[in-house]
Amino acid sequence: MSVITADGLYKIFGRRPARGVDALRGGTTRAELREDGLTAAVIDASFQVEPGEIFVVMGLSGSGKSTLIRMVNGLIPATAGDLSIGDQPLSSMAPAQLREVRRKRISMVFQHFALLPHRTVGENAAYGLEVSGVSRSEREAKAEEALSLVGLAGWGGYKPSALSGGMQQRVGLARALAAGTDIMLMDEAFSALDPLIRRDMQDQLIDLQQRLEKTILFITHDLNEAMRIGDRIAMMRDGEIVQIGTSEEILNEPANDYVAAFIQDVDRTRVLQAGAIMEQPPETLGAGQGPRTAHKLLRETQNSWLIALNRDRTPRGVLWEDDVAAAVREGRDDLPWSTRHEMPTVHQDSPIAELFAESAQHASPLVVVDDDGRFQGVIPRITLLTALGSVNGNGNHDTSSDDHSNDDSSRGGDA
Amino acid sequence: MNPDESVIPRIPLGDWVDNGFDWLKANLSWLFDLFSAVMNFLIGNLTDLLVMIPPVVLIPIFALIALTLRSWKLAVGSLIGFLLIVSMDQWETTMQTMALVLIATLAAVIIAVPLGILAAVNSTVSAIVKPVMDFMQTMPAFVYLIPAVTFFSIGVVPGVFATIIFALPPGVRMTELGIRQVDAETVEAGEAFGATRGQILRGIQLPLAVPTIMAGVNQVIMLALSMAVIAGMVGADGLGKEVVDAIGTLNLAQGVEAGLGVVILAVFLDRLTAALGSPGDYQGSLMHLVQKSIAQRGSAMGGAGSV
Repeated sequence: MSVITADGLYKIFGRRPARGVDALRGGTTRAELREDGLTAAVIDASFQVEPGEIFVVMGLSGSGKSTLIRMVNGLIPATAGDLSIGDQPLSSMAPAQLREVRRKRISMVFQHFALLPHRTVGENAAYGLEVSGVSRSEREAKAEEALSLVGLAGWGGYKPSALSGGMQQRVGLARALAAGTDIMLMDEAFSALDPLIRRDMQDQLIDLQQRLEKTILFITHDLNEAMRIGDRIAMMRDGEIVQIGTSEEILNEPANDYVAAFIQDVDRTRVLQAGAIMEQPPETLGAGQGPRTAHKLLRETQNSWLIALNRDRTPRGVLWEDDVAAAVREGRDDLPWSTRHEMPTVHQDSPIAELFAESAQHASPLVVVDDDGRFQGVIPRITLLTALGSVNGNGNHDTSSDDHSNDDSSRGGDA
Repeated sequence: MNPDESVIPRIPLGDWVDNGFDWLKANLSWLFDLFSAVMNFLIGNLTDLLVMIPPVVLIPIFALIALTLRSWKLAVGSLIGFLLIVSMDQWETTMQTMALVLIATLAAVIIAVPLGILAAVNSTVSAIVKPVMDFMQTMPAFVYLIPAVTFFSIGVVPGVFATIIFALPPGVRMTELGIRQVDAETVEAGEAFGATRGQILRGIQLPLAVPTIMAGVNQVIMLALSMAVIAGMVGADGLGKEVVDAIGTLNLAQGVEAGLGVVILAVFLDRLTAALGSPGDYQGSLMHLVQKSIAQRGSAMGGAGSV
């Protein structure tokens, strides 16, 4: 069951916002609505976040992502649509119930940390527990535990102003962790940090998520960040979710020109994985077969190499045509495993940036395997180079300049 | 005279207000009596206390307070200043004025801070309070003395009444401003962790507004001091009465001495309350030094890591 379920969410600012929802459903555009004095921040947003998932909402400023995240914990009530935390619908809750949900189920990390400057780091980390009325000794213990989780053990007695930006955001993270909620909302949590520290924090977040299995809804305007940490990404534009998918789905099948234009700048070699560019060899050979079968397959497929697989589909080795030809000539019965060409294997989830070194060292194609070591496909050197070419050439996605100017004008009016 | 009386009729606004005050005096006299009794009691006792303690004891105490809250410089300055007051033979009048100012400030703060909080959390209250405060601040201070005398006859009570009204606005304004300017994201953090409005006010907004509120209190004291001199006109004992007497007899010597007393008192109170608002700015204060040594002892015992 989904942890967060949003169904047809609308948020419109202005006088009598409900009429804006009807207008939008009736086909009025966002720009037309603006002339009417209404600002549509979120339009018909639907998504589900599964337990233990990092779900990233990605969009430029003014795309409505900050409004969307605040609707999830009820800081901003929805104009229309349903939002549920687990099976509890948020819209029907009394203020006291809503506070209870925020105390027990959803915590939040803020872009500019939002720490309380007059309290110590430890008191800040314990804030959520203090609000829920947890006893001093218990909340101090939990705060200390959360601080050590984020690598700030021993800093509890300092004031936040004594800490660097990255450390302050760790306190923000510890405050959310100490609250003991299963859902964490992160609003541009790393955007105010230096790139190197941001990288560190992303790694730490992924690590924490794996250990603690929190469900995380993460907001960012940085696509690289989204692709780095997100299990799934929702692309937002002008209040609407234009595409939801894994980073690979978004890279390979952008839903529209907007998404395509966006992903132009992404370093795809870090996002695309071996599994996405591998291809199936024309034939594979059972490892129990003899040289003559191998020779026949090589001749039929006009290939210079052949992958031999064990019965459980783990790769046994690579056979080369000259070795096979020699074995047939000599009348041998066993397959001629080559010592010159050992078999390089890579995992299907390796980013292709990591494949180049491997590929350069071996003449053989890279053999791609899954978690259990079973054969999935091959990446010949030429395929890797082709993939690199299309990655940097952007040749696949035609985005006309007209579309760009449209994007800019609508974005500008929105800022 | 209004030359166009046929076009623009004379509105007897002043008479209406006068009638209103008459009505108040007739119907709410118990309230004025109560106020009068409380103020007489507070100011009388505080004045007695300040005057009863010999200056040789009280002046070092003032200097010690200055050292504790701000710096040795203010301590030395106030030592010299108050000694000068004694040698000018204005000690008793200065203490009377101090009592009046302190009590008026206390009363003004007790009214102003809750009103400011209310105005900060409720826009309707804010919309009502703002013009009222504007009115109170721009109305010439002397005008307050007239109804004050009507209600309380002459003496220290009408003085303190007019002073409270005159000194109130900055307290209300600065409290509202201080709370409203607390970073919106910080307040949002409180909400996001499920804090109630009261918890947010007590735990986040008020503590972060303290420097601004204290700046308001400082303004209240300064206004109270300026009004306390005017209060001398209605018979409130103290430096103000000295000044008024000096004007009446064109006695420059007495006027200068009483005026200097006001200046010294003003500087002392202003610097002290400024230091109260932002204690972190005064690294040389005794309070700061004590805190630092406690903190050092704490960290030496390995306590820095404790939450």
